[in-house]
Amino acid sequence: MIKQLVGLLAVLAVAALFVALLPLMAPTELGPVTRHYVEQGLVENRGANLVTSIVVNYRGFDTLGEVTVLFLSVSGAGFVLRRREGLVPEPQRRSSELVQTASRVLFAPIVLFGAYIFVHGHLTPGGGFQGGAVIASAVLLLLLADRDRLLPHGFLSVIESFSGFGYVVTGFVGLAATGSFLANRGVIDLGTWNRLFSAGVIPVIYVLIGLKVGSELATLLDTMMHADQAGEGHR
Amino acid sequence: MIFIDLVVCLLAIVSAVWAIIARNLVSAVVLAGVVSLAVSYLFLRLAAPDVAMTEAAIGAGLSTVIFLIAVRRTEEEEKR
Amino acid sequence: MNLLSLHALAVGTAIVLILVGLAGALVRRNLLKIVLGFSIADSGVNLLIVTLGHIPGRTAPIIDDPKLLKDAGSLVVDASKVVDPLPQALVLTAIVIGVGVTALMLAFVVRLYAQGKSLDIRDFGRLKW
Repeated sequence: MIKQLVGLLAVLAVAALFVALLPLMAPTELGPVTRHYVEQGLVENRGANLVTSIVVNYRGFDTLGEVTVLFLSVSGAGFVLRRREGLVPEPQRRSSELVQTASRVLFAPIVLFGAYIFVHGHLTPGGGFQGGAVIASAVLLLLLADRDRLLPHGFLSVIESFSGFGYVVTGFVGLAATGSFLANRGVIDLGTWNRLFSAGVIPVIYVLIGLKVGSELATLLDTMMHADQAGEGHR
Repeated sequence: MIFIDLVVCLLAIVSAVWAIIARNLVSAVVLAGVVSLAVSYLFLRLAAPDVAMTEAAIGAGLSTVIFLIAVRRTEEEEKR
Repeated sequence: MNLLSLHALAVGTAIVLILVGLAGALVRRNLLKIVLGFSIADSGVNLLIVTLGHIPGRTAPIIDDPKLLKDAGSLVVDASKVVDPLPQALVLTAIVIGVGVTALMLAFVVRLYAQGKSLDIRDFGRLKW
């Protein structure tokens, strides 16, 4: 009972905080930093999607840290639910013929769609995170169709580590070329606004992020589905 | 248009409350997915298509699936 | 503030979602329900942050139309025509982090269940001495 009461009090306190903050919640003008990002975004980066420009270039260092956090949480989940090597999973109920055939037909188009999303991240809504999630859902389809399938973890971790490494290398290339980490101008030709080959290193980094997020989320799904049974691994 | 927004907001709130009080875990998880989908519509209306895509793909899709796997994994061992 | 505007509706929904999720996480006893509460509160926080950057009557920060430029010759964008892209960039990454953190919590729940055969948080009171 006390727990419920304390919980209710905490919720009420947060509600009061929000009511006090309500007048601050209706902006009418962009702040000075955002104003620079919006006005100079095309001049400095040539990326039509300003959100992508901010995520990958202006705040690219933050995104590097963010990708690291995702990696840590996925590997943390993998550590907690360890899949023992050489463990043959118990045979499960087979999925229907329809699911199996459909997953075989649909896997490649879905992966292609994910790649399309992150290749066009600097032009249209979308990008590495969304494309990676779409690729992971294609892998999920495979796992659903054949529940005994074990994903090739070695292959996935090679993709994952090479894309992470490529991200850092791109940053250092910017450092060597212009003197600032993850710089965009002066590394590759920026190209013309609204073309596929534009925006310098932004598409390169977003493709790397897409591969990294896709392989991480696929590993996560596999970990959750095939974790060793009944917790014997840690006793 | 604003009435559609109103309906979606109510849908989000009702599903959230229902997800918290529901007895059945699977229906609670699916209702949380509905909350994510409604929030994703609101992102689109708030001129944030990037965020709407992310929320629809990750919040409503993958997150729901991970929850469902967790529900299944905490049920199946009960039977043994 | 007009109560039947998109802005007011979104702020209201976001705050209600945060409170409902928080209440669920604090009051429920099923571990999966607690994680679910956190996940709902996460959606609410993201919605609130995006709403803070939304200015009514403006378009999305994707410059695919020359009409959004200040003048035809240069590539300077007219800052009075698009919404704030910064909160959107923040939330974009926050959603992905959110699913990672949720998956980690769920992994702990599955592991706790495997060892304690229970989902009730009161059965895991070993820290409560």
